[in-house]
Amino acid sequence: MSSLILDHVNYIYEAGTAMEFAALKDINLVINKGEFIGLIGHTGSGKSTLVQHLNGLLAPSSGNIFFDGADIHDSDFDKKRLRSKVGLVFQYPEHQLFEIDVFSDVCFGPKNLGLDRKEVELRAYAALKQVGLSDEYFYQSPFDLSGGQKRRVAIAGVLAMKPEILVLDEPTAGLDPKGRDEILDQIAKLREETGITVILVSHSMEDVAKYVSRIIVMNRGQIMFDDVPREVFSHYKELESVGLAAPQVTYIMQALKKSGLDVDTDITTIREAKTEILRALKKEPS
Amino acid sequence: MGLIKARDLVFEYIRRDEEGNVEGITCALDHINLDVKQGDFIAVLGHNGSGKSTFAKHINAILYPTEGAVWVDGKDTSNEENLWDIRQEAGMVFQNPDNQIIGQVVEEDVGFGPENLGVPTDEIWERVEESLKAVGMYEFRKHSPNKLSGGQKQRVSIAGVIAMHPKCIVLDEPTAMLDPNGRREVIRAVRALNDVEEITIILITHYMEEIIYANKVFVMDKGKIAMEGTPREIFSKVEELKALRLDVPQVTLLAHELKKSGLNIPDGILTCEELVEALKLQS
Repeated sequence: MSSLILDHVNYIYEAGTAMEFAALKDINLVINKGEFIGLIGHTGSGKSTLVQHLNGLLAPSSGNIFFDGADIHDSDFDKKRLRSKVGLVFQYPEHQLFEIDVFSDVCFGPKNLGLDRKEVELRAYAALKQVGLSDEYFYQSPFDLSGGQKRRVAIAGVLAMKPEILVLDEPTAGLDPKGRDEILDQIAKLREETGITVILVSHSMEDVAKYVSRIIVMNRGQIMFDDVPREVFSHYKELESVGLAAPQVTYIMQALKKSGLDVDTDITTIREAKTEILRALKKEPS
Repeated sequence: MGLIKARDLVFEYIRRDEEGNVEGITCALDHINLDVKQGDFIAVLGHNGSGKSTFAKHINAILYPTEGAVWVDGKDTSNEENLWDIRQEAGMVFQNPDNQIIGQVVEEDVGFGPENLGVPTDEIWERVEESLKAVGMYEFRKHSPNKLSGGQKQRVSIAGVIAMHPKCIVLDEPTAMLDPNGRREVIRAVRALNDVEEITIILITHYMEEIIYANKVFVMDKGKIAMEGTPREIFSKVEELKALRLDVPQVTLLAHELKKSGLNIPDGILTCEELVEALKLQS
C-alpha cells in the first residue's frame, strides 16, 4: 500500500489571462495508507481541483506530488499505473454507466488494463460483492436499477481496478437516508477489510463525523484545518464563517453546556453524545 | 376549496425491453388522495423510487393521471386547455441549478418566465426586482449566473419561478447538491416566501432537518402515502421512519436514544431548545 505526498502544490486556472485564478495555494499534505479522510469545504473552495491532482488529471502549476516516493510528473513515471492505483469516483457516477448489463460495465475498467478475461471477470465479481450488490442484478441493465444500486455499480467499476486509494466525491448526494448509510457502511467495511485508503468528499458534516478519522477543511484554495474530527468541529465558529458547520449534535452539546449541564462539548456523533449526557446526568448507559 | 387536490390518483407506466416489447406495468402512484390549502408549507419525504417526484410532476401537468384526477386551483390538470394556467400557477424548482439557468445575466434569467407569459416590459422589470429581493439576490442582479455559488444559483432559479407569480412552488430536492451554507440560504428563502408572500410550498427532500418548518408532512412509499402528519407527529415514529429507509434529525434521534436509556423525554423533539428543556427536568 502506498502513500501520497503533496509538497507545496499550487494550481492556477487560466494563468496569464484576465481570468487567472489560484485554485490551490501552497498545499502540503501527507496521505498515509489505510487512512479514512474526510475532505470538506464550501462550493468553490478547491476540493475538486485538489482531488483531480491526486491521480494526475491536473498537474500542479508549481510544487510536486509523490506517489510511493516517486514524482508523478516525472517523464518516466507510469501514469497509467497511477490511475489504476488512485481510483476517483466522481459526483453522480451513475451518469457514466453505459454497458448493456451491470457485469459488463464493471468489467470495462480492468479490461482496459489489458488483463486476461478470467482475471477481468474475477475482479468484476469481487468488486460487485464488495459494494454489496447481489448476483440477481449482474445481468440486468444498469439503467433499470434504483439510484443507490446504480451508484454501487459505478463504485464497483472503480474498485475493479484494484485501487489503493479510493477518492469519492459526494458518493451519497441525492440518495435517501438508508441508501446513504448503506453506501457509507459498505465503504467503511471495505476499508477495514482491505486496508484501502479512503478520501470522502462530502457536504454532510454528520456523515464525515460518523465515519472518518481525519478531516481536511479547504477554504479559498488553502488548507484551513487538518485534524481529527473533534478538534476540527471544535472550531465550529470558523467553519460557519466559511460556509460550513459542525454536526447538529455538536450544537446540541453546546446548548446543553450553556443551560448548565456539565458536558464535554467536543462531541461529534450521536453515540458519544448519548454516553456523555447519561454520564453528566449520573446514569449508566444502558 | 384547496389549492391542490388529488383524488384516487394513479399513475402507471409501461416498461419495455430493448425491442420495445411490453415487459410489464409499473404503478408509480397508487390511489393518492391529498389536499393542500393556499399558504400551506408541505414536505414530502420518501426513499428513492417511492413516487415523490412522479407526484410532484403531476402538480404542474408534466405528467397526467392514468386514473383519478388532480386539480390545481380548481383546474383539472388532464384538461389541455388548463395547461398554461397550471404551469404559471404551480412553478417547479429542480435539483440541479445548472440545468435551470439559461440567462447570461441574473436579471435576464429571472425575466425569462414573465416575458414568455407576455407580461409588459415595465412590469417584467418590477417582477424581476421584487423576485430577486424576495430571495435575497438583488445585489447580484447584474452578475453572470456562472460565477455564483450553488445556493445562490438555486435562489436565482427560485426567483425565476416567483417572477411568474405562482400560487405554489414545488421544490424537488432543491438542496441535494449544495453545501451547508447553500442549504441554509435556500431553506431560509423558501420559508420567507411562505411566511411573507404566503406562497404555498411543496418541498421534497432527503434532509430531515429541512422539514421541521413544514405544517404538514407526507411520507411516500411504493406510490402510496404511508404516513401523514405534523413534523412532530412524523418524527415521533423513529422506528417506522427507519423501516421506510428514512431518518430523523440528529436532535430527534438523540432524544429517542436517551429515552430508550430510561430518561423521561417526550417523543418528537424537533429542536435543540426542546431537548435542553426536556433534560433540565431530569436533574
